Amino acid sequence: MESVGSTIGYWIIALAIVIFSVLTVTTRKILRAATYLLFVLFATAALYFKLDYEFLGSVQIAVYAGGIVVLFVFAILLTTHPGDNSERLASRKRVLGLVGGIAAAGACAWALCTRCTDMFTSLPAMSNPTMHRIGEAMLGTGYEQYLLPFEAVSVLLLACIIGGVVIARKR
Amino acid sequence: MDITIPILILAIPLFMFLLLGLAGVKMSHKLAGALGTLGMGTVLLLSYYTAFTYFFSGNPEFVDGTDRLQAVLFNHTWLQFTPALAIKIGFLLDPISAMMLVVIPTISFMVHVYSLGYMHGEKGFQRYYAFLSLFSFSMLGLVVATNIFQMYIFWELVGASSFLLIGFFYTLPSAVSACKKAFIVTRFADLGFLIGILVLSYFTRQLDFLPMTQNPSAVLSSFEGASFLGASALTWALVLIFVGGMGKSAMLPLHIWLPDAMEGPTPVSALIHAATMVVAGVYLVARLFPLYMLEDAALMFITVVGAATAFYAAMVACAQIDIKRILAFSTISQIAFMMVSLGVASKNNVAIHEGLGYMASMFHLFTHAMFKALLFLGAGALIHAVHSNNYTAMGGLRKYMPVTHITFLIGCLAIAGIWPFAGFFSKDEILAACFANGTFWGLWMMMVAAMTAFYMFRMYFLIFWWDNPDYEKEHHGHRPHDPGLAMSLPLIFLAVVSTVAGFIPFGELVTFDGHEYHIHIDWTIAGLSMGVAALSIAFAAWLYMKKNDKPQRMADSVRWLWTAAHRRFYWDEIYLFVTRRIIFDGICKPIAWFDRHIIDGTMDGLAFVTNKASLAIKGFQSGKVQMYIWWYLIGAVVLGLITAVCVL
Amino acid sequence: MDITLIWYLVPSLVMFCCGVYGFLTRRNMIAMLISLELMLNAVDINFVVFNRFLFPSSMEGWMFTLFGIAIAAAETALAIAIIINLFRVSKNIDVRDTTKMKN
Repeated sequence: MESVGSTIGYWIIALAIVIFSVLTVTTRKILRAATYLLFVLFATAALYFKLDYEFLGSVQIAVYAGGIVVLFVFAILLTTHPGDNSERLASRKRVLGLVGGIAAAGACAWALCTRCTDMFTSLPAMSNPTMHRIGEAMLGTGYEQYLLPFEAVSVLLLACIIGGVVIARKR
Repeated sequence: MDITIPILILAIPLFMFLLLGLAGVKMSHKLAGALGTLGMGTVLLLSYYTAFTYFFSGNPEFVDGTDRLQAVLFNHTWLQFTPALAIKIGFLLDPISAMMLVVIPTISFMVHVYSLGYMHGEKGFQRYYAFLSLFSFSMLGLVVATNIFQMYIFWELVGASSFLLIGFFYTLPSAVSACKKAFIVTRFADLGFLIGILVLSYFTRQLDFLPMTQNPSAVLSSFEGASFLGASALTWALVLIFVGGMGKSAMLPLHIWLPDAMEGPTPVSALIHAATMVVAGVYLVARLFPLYMLEDAALMFITVVGAATAFYAAMVACAQIDIKRILAFSTISQIAFMMVSLGVASKNNVAIHEGLGYMASMFHLFTHAMFKALLFLGAGALIHAVHSNNYTAMGGLRKYMPVTHITFLIGCLAIAGIWPFAGFFSKDEILAACFANGTFWGLWMMMVAAMTAFYMFRMYFLIFWWDNPDYEKEHHGHRPHDPGLAMSLPLIFLAVVSTVAGFIPFGELVTFDGHEYHIHIDWTIAGLSMGVAALSIAFAAWLYMKKNDKPQRMADSVRWLWTAAHRRFYWDEIYLFVTRRIIFDGICKPIAWFDRHIIDGTMDGLAFVTNKASLAIKGFQSGKVQMYIWWYLIGAVVLGLITAVCVL
Repeated sequence: MDITLIWYLVPSLVMFCCGVYGFLTRRNMIAMLISLELMLNAVDINFVVFNRFLFPSSMEGWMFTLFGIAIAAAETALAIAIIINLFRVSKNIDVRDTTKMKN
């Protein structure tokens, strides 16, 4: 059993995720969509905190909320003419999209139902992973240690920086 | 003996070929001709020196007491495939290769000199000399081969240079088809040669000549019990190798390329298609003669083929108009003489020394090379003067071209076998060998010898006597005349050689076992053959000395025979029938149909289906990203459902 | 009330389906990209939640999410660079107009 505070916290996070996700994809103003996305990402970060993954939550805020959303905002400002709303969607298109989304949800729900034994696992006790442990996991080469993916990601990021510069550069 | 000279003998012509072939375009005609001739002259001197050293130096490397030895001067391993199988390039010096070292450079040098005049101003003069050098290189490499594979390599090189030289005037369609014909026919024969080599080396486990020829009984025992279709494997190997020789030496039925090969320049005909390359078949049999002696069946095959060819070619030569064709058929006939002479030299032949036929064959090879080259070069001079290959355009030329006339007459007397000219001695030995084997062969070959005398003098009289046409009118005031010095000198030299070559003590120099052998002329046979030859000449003189209608009436009385002989007994037509009607129409066309309709059809069908399918589905590639997402999503959902259903 | 695994998965599923819906319906490429981020984020949540509930002693899902975030950042940066470039060429970032590559 969890404390009432924890339960209330969960409900706030879950509702924020659901509501802002829906708003993100239904709002007609693109800048608003970006803002709602930011809220979704904050809610996700809060969820990580709630699951005792504090480092991950910080990264989520720093990279996603601080980096990606800023990028989005800049891109939107660069590519949108002032006062330009995206046009109203045709209802047929909306229905089709809904069908697609619900079909995906149905497939996933079906998969969840067939694996229902694990679905009701309670939150086990766990101490927060310390910075020491995270550092060893990322920079070690032993069992459950991930130096190679770490390096690969760093190279990937470098490639992306160069690629982004080359592609977006003024000719 | 030092190996520098043998290597130079092979290297100089090769170098000249490369030099003239690569840099010839930049040279003047004079320089190219001089270089080629100079190179050949050097080879001539070196070869004479080598042959002289071999025969007369008394070096223990070459002579043991009175026996001549077979000496391998060098034998370089060229390609080592396995420890047992290696292809070597070497230099073998023995009586016959030493003799060929005299024959080939002599004729080749004469032709080089002669061509300076004959080919003067021709387009591609440098190329011509390059090819001549290539040929000389290949032929020399062939005769000094230490192993059968080296011989095969040079054999093909000789064929290739022959192809190049026959097709020298490549703008003439007839020359192009002639060179193709020569190449293709000899290729078929060479297939037999190759299979023969493979069979022989499969059983004997080696390619070198000397271990085989010096120890024939070991070869025989290595073939112990192997047989195929009723004949022993050794017989098959030898007969197949001989088939290669049949192709090069134009034996029946593979002779059809040689008359057409006369499309090449006349000096080339003299060098390649009379004196040297076409005797390669004889040389091949002689080289392996100790093995042939083991198998009477193979020798019998050679004898029969040779005798049939000799008679056939003599018949055809009597009814030709083109003088080069007459000489070509005469060449076929004379080579057949050499073959028969080898064929009758069986060891069962107790009546006379067993090596007589071998020696006679080599002797005839030597003398024939000289006088046939002389005749061809003389024919070249005639053609040069009259601008026609046909004797119908000639007649009475003795007054205009005295040098050509005398040298040509000497050539004719030599080939007819009149004492004291060279042909008499060698042909007499051949006839003696034939009679020793069997009276039938002796009489047969004597008949052919009589025909030889007849057709040669028929040609001689028709060219130099017969009519006396008005050349000045026909050739716009240009009278035929003797050729210049470059062309006359080789004629005179070869005429002298043809006159005196018979007195060479050949039996003491070239025998198959190295033992000296004293020729003693059997005057019964010699007198008989000379009498027959003289009668034939008299008959030819009676018919053709003065213009009359006797030859015409005679031809008319046996019109069918004359026509058949003139058309060479329809061999070409038979070949055409077999290739066109049977092979092309009966085999190739159905295969081509199958290829075009079934195989191509399958491929076209595949391409058609692919094309149609891509047209049908290319609408999916709309470029609309959201459509792609739809397809992806549908696929993912369906896949998820399938997985879920299967798991349940 | 015991908040079990399923309680975390459902918001994540909703988020994912919103991403699908947005990706299928929006025309603006940046909006599509935002939808994509939603989907990626939903997946990240799932990794973390499964890791936390089923294998609390190890950190595999955790690491996956970390790398997922890094890759999402890289991908977004690159996609935005492409979109800006496209905008420069055609003054428009409507996905229906970018069908020139099909030929």
